[in-house]
Amino acid sequence: MISLLRKMRKTGRVAEPAPEPAAGDTVPAAAELGGSVQIRHIDAGSCNGCEVEIASAFGPVYDAERYGARLVASPRHADALLVTGPVTRNMEVALRRTHEAVPEPRLVIALGDCARDCGVFAGAYGVAGAVKDVLPVDAEVPGCPPKPEAIVEALRGLTGR
Amino acid sequence: MTGLVGAVAQVVVVAVGSPLLVGLMRKIRARLEGRVGAGVLQTWRDLRKLCRKEAISPHGTGWVFRMAPLVLAGTALVVASVVPLVTTQSPMDGVADLFAVAALLALGSVALALGGLDTGTAFGGMGASREVTLLALVEPTILLSVFALSVRVGSTNLGEIVTAAVHDPMAVISPVSLLAAVALGVVTIAETGRIPVDNPSTHLELTMIHEAMVLEYAGPDLALIEWASGMRLFVLLGLLAGLFAPWGIATAGAGPVAVVLALVVLVFKVAVLGAGLAAGEVFMAKLRLFRIPELLAGSFMLALLAVAASYFLA
Repeated sequence: MISLLRKMRKTGRVAEPAPEPAAGDTVPAAAELGGSVQIRHIDAGSCNGCEVEIASAFGPVYDAERYGARLVASPRHADALLVTGPVTRNMEVALRRTHEAVPEPRLVIALGDCARDCGVFAGAYGVAGAVKDVLPVDAEVPGCPPKPEAIVEALRGLTGR
Repeated sequence: MTGLVGAVAQVVVVAVGSPLLVGLMRKIRARLEGRVGAGVLQTWRDLRKLCRKEAISPHGTGWVFRMAPLVLAGTALVVASVVPLVTTQSPMDGVADLFAVAALLALGSVALALGGLDTGTAFGGMGASREVTLLALVEPTILLSVFALSVRVGSTNLGEIVTAAVHDPMAVISPVSLLAAVALGVVTIAETGRIPVDNPSTHLELTMIHEAMVLEYAGPDLALIEWASGMRLFVLLGLLAGLFAPWGIATAGAGPVAVVLALVVLVFKVAVLGAGLAAGEVFMAKLRLFRIPELLAGSFMLALLAVAASYFLA
């Protein structure tokens, strides 16, 4: 415990200073959320590269939580679905049902090149399509995988902070 | 008259302050982990947003599911109005009995457990069964640890226990209080679902206790549950502070200045306890579920020792 205390004092604040919010990049439907966005992450068939970047976006260095975004455990608690990967045939129905379980107003973020246009998996036999073929998409984050900075910027577009 | 004003003031402070307390605890945890954190007001922003969202009753649920948040919030508000946090002269002093307060808290927990069962999902039922298991271990310890203090006063009325302690502060400093305080502290952590008993920010359904029951709640219902959980945390921390450090609480014949002072002291005491709890959580991991009964049995033993000691020391 003493060594942990010493480590805390030595390390101090790890989070990088908040960059200026990108202007004109906010999602209009997110206005009524008022600076609080609960996010349910769904892996619709991702290679887990995007998941590693999401984990670091919510980690100490980028700290997406300071802008009012928070990952939650249930789609019922969520305002936004964060979908990664191309939508595989096995996940298509599950993704639709999860979207129906989210109370209105609900948003969908397609994270990564696979979620936007199937990426390297385009045309593969197990892929049903991109996220926009299954659900209405409100925000997209390009990249394979996207950088944590890009993820945080997209989330700030939702929280408006 | 000051009794009525004090009672209203303490309900308002608990209702407004409990989300701020939760926000403060999250902020402290974030800072100790090297993060910045979302700020103390974030919990209020979350509640405001949840109230604007669509209310959903999942297919197949009935009135038990819809009533549970109302019962939970209602019992929390009643407990907030009777427990001597600001004044011992609450107009509802007759209800401020130890048994009534413990039963009201249990009623809220049972209502939520039934609501979790009503969804018929695997996780709802699992969370409910875990919550009731904990409840069966927690409630006797709450009763016993306050018994240890009520032996000295000869009453189970919380107002009278606190009044006696305010008038004779030195009597609080005794082995009995130490044993009872540790026991009540452990059950407060268990009852409010904090680490090491339950992790309020977990995403793993298999480790959840409280969160598993509320997985199906959405919108305003979820807001009510989160608000009520915060109020229960605030009230239990306030009760802990009131029983073992009763300085500042307005007693009979106190003027309006004493009530205002008592409010400030209450906010300070609860903030310090909450900050201590949040800081302590950083150093701990969640206990395995099968180890939790051992922890709670230990706290029950301490409470039993406190009662025995109060009998011999009285």
